[in-house]
Amino acid sequence: MEREHVLVALVEDEPGVMQRISGMFTRRHFNIDTISVGHTEKEGISRMTITFWGDDKKAEQIIKQLNRIIEVIKVMKMDRDSIQRELALIKLNTSDAAVRREIIEYTNIFRAKIVDVGKDSMIVEVTGDPDKVDAFVKLVTPFGIKELAVAGMTAMNRGSKPQGNGK
Amino acid sequence: MKMRGAKAILESLKREKVEVMFGIPGGAVIPLYDELYGSDIRTILMRHEQAAAHAADGYARASGEVGVCVATSGPGATNLVTGIASAYLDSSPVVAFTGQVPRPMIGKDAFQETDPVGITMPVTKHNFQFYSVEEIPYIIKKAFKIARTGRPGPVLIDVPKDVQEKEGVMKFPKDVDIIGYNPTVKGHPKQIKKAVELLLKAERPIALVGGGVIISGASKELLELVELMQLPVVTSLMGKGAFPEDHPLALGMIGMHGRKAGNFAISDADVILAVGCRFSDRTTGNVNCFAPEAKVIHIDIEPAEIGKNVPVEVPVVGDARQVLKEMLALARTKVKKHPAWLEKIKRYKKEFQPKMDYDDVPLMPQRVIKEIMEVLKEEDIVVTEVGQCQMWAAHFLSRTRSRTFISSGGLGTMGFGFPASIGAKMARPDRNVIDIAGDGSFMMNCQELATTVVEDIPVVVGVMNNHYLGMVRQWQELFFDRRYSGVYLGEVPDYLKLAEAFGAEGIRVEKPGEIKDAVKEAFSCGKPTVIDFVVKPESNIFPMVPPGGCLKDIIEG
Ligand SMILES: Cc1ncc(C[n+]2csc(CCOP(=O)(O)OP(=O)(O)O)c2C)c(N)n1
Ligand SMILES: [Mg+2]
Repeated sequence: MEREHVLVALVEDEPGVMQRISGMFTRRHFNIDTISVGHTEKEGISRMTITFWGDDKKAEQIIKQLNRIIEVIKVMKMDRDSIQRELALIKLNTSDAAVRREIIEYTNIFRAKIVDVGKDSMIVEVTGDPDKVDAFVKLVTPFGIKELAVAGMTAMNRGSKPQGNGK
Repeated sequence: MKMRGAKAILESLKREKVEVMFGIPGGAVIPLYDELYGSDIRTILMRHEQAAAHAADGYARASGEVGVCVATSGPGATNLVTGIASAYLDSSPVVAFTGQVPRPMIGKDAFQETDPVGITMPVTKHNFQFYSVEEIPYIIKKAFKIARTGRPGPVLIDVPKDVQEKEGVMKFPKDVDIIGYNPTVKGHPKQIKKAVELLLKAERPIALVGGGVIISGASKELLELVELMQLPVVTSLMGKGAFPEDHPLALGMIGMHGRKAGNFAISDADVILAVGCRFSDRTTGNVNCFAPEAKVIHIDIEPAEIGKNVPVEVPVVGDARQVLKEMLALARTKVKKHPAWLEKIKRYKKEFQPKMDYDDVPLMPQRVIKEIMEVLKEEDIVVTEVGQCQMWAAHFLSRTRSRTFISSGGLGTMGFGFPASIGAKMARPDRNVIDIAGDGSFMMNCQELATTVVEDIPVVVGVMNNHYLGMVRQWQELFFDRRYSGVYLGEVPDYLKLAEAFGAEGIRVEKPGEIKDAVKEAFSCGKPTVIDFVVKPESNIFPMVPPGGCLKDIIEG
């Protein structure tokens, strides 16, 4: 059965790791939807969230191939109820005052944030699970999006049970 | 200890017990070569970097130790790539050093600057670049550890020139920790128990043996287990030699050009004990009809190989030798017999005997292989090129010991055999080493005759001279209406003159009765020798499973 998978990989923060990992995906025709990287609580270790669509067999292969990469320390499958967050910055056309008001309203309802206001444009920052971000973007699209930047998803499992398959 | 980077590299190599390096110098590795001058480590000057990588690989496969090669930056580094990729696909431990432009010049498209780390990422187990002088001993320690442990493979280290020249304070670690790297050696007891139970329940069990058995040194344990459980044994190309092919339970290699008996047997099996093999398409034929009734037990140190190509009932991640040992301990007390199955195996073996005793002139390749086989001692090393020559050797030649059959399986690299035989001979100078070659393949690295003569490395090349890129010609004959496109090599070169030009020996063999004497002469003359076997130009390698076919669809020609 095909579905969305979310993996988190802890990797050594060495030059070339990103290239190694993305190269592996390309070479094996594993299509990735999003990939995001950032720091962790430990110096020298980065955390990567990878999302892709596929069946469990494909997910299994991706985990195993990731684990073959020397700098990959650990790969964790994110549960369906894991905390998943995306961030989007949306620059909107607001030359029309009515539109401006409507956007402000939606921003409040979605608990998004207006982070920049210009003469005829503003930037809204929205954070949340991918569905929420998606819904917001859809809602404001008719007003005219000038620029859109969505950062790849970051995820974390709930609770404190031990995580993932280390090597 | 304060020393130059180049010296630290050498000191590290000595600590890894490196005795020989294959390579070609250039501007970016002169400081390293300067350090090699007068050192205990022997440097073999090759005539092409590709050959240097193959030689290191051949050394590794013959000895089980890490093979080392060196090239300069830019073209030297790119020339290594085919050799590194060949080692990667066959899990061979090689460490390759490439020179690099000095650190301040990196990224400026300096003369002979390339990015070997980027280029070789998909064909190395791992690779490094030195960023500082002080990290040299650590990185080399890591590189050798990664290359030789777990599932072995090539590791490349890119060495900027200024790092070779600069002095630094060195500490040489005894061992290094690599946090993300910790291969599972010991199999899971529950899985091992399941594996034994499944085998005990089987009515038509079979063992499928791959190169992992050779790498882990598990031949003895394998032999004990299959004798105890009376398992017929087939191998992949890479597994050849892991199990004595003259054993009553041996059915030889399976696959596209496998033995018919083996292909039939595995197709009939109800349980397959697969050890250290990766179910490549050349071994399984069409996977959708591979061993349709069989449940698979798969022992491999590489988790990613398990379940990749065929569904697996009992996965066991671990070192083949360890796991087989534990299986033996469990199986010892409760053996089950399956006489009807063994009868069938015997029948297959008798019915599908390979025919080799042709008297034709020009020679039939099968006959050449037969005669070579009769001269070879058990411990002698057969290396092959790629093509029909390789499959004639793999199909017809029996090998009984690990590391006595060396062939480029995964990448199928023409030009591999000759330089790999140089490496094998360096690793095992006491053994006879013969490269069973095609004329097309030999031409891809025949310049290495110079190396063998100058460095006094007496290897033998037996050229199956059919004037064709025979394997491609065979496909064109069978599947493209005999439209021979781009496969005729002509009547050149004259191999006797070629050998002579390099100062090597040359022997031409035209009649079946002359084969043995020629091979004996080549082995005993103490000089690199080319034997020109004049074979029937359009001879084919049969049996054959047509591409996309099932193992049982094997055709006899
Ligand atoms: C480097 C490389 N180029 C091309 C091929 C494709 N190929 C496979 S077998 C073969 C023919 C090999 O000819 P030869 O060495 O004469 O052996 P023969 O099949 O005639 O015994 C070719 C061209 C290859 N395997 N490797
Ligand atoms: Mg040929």
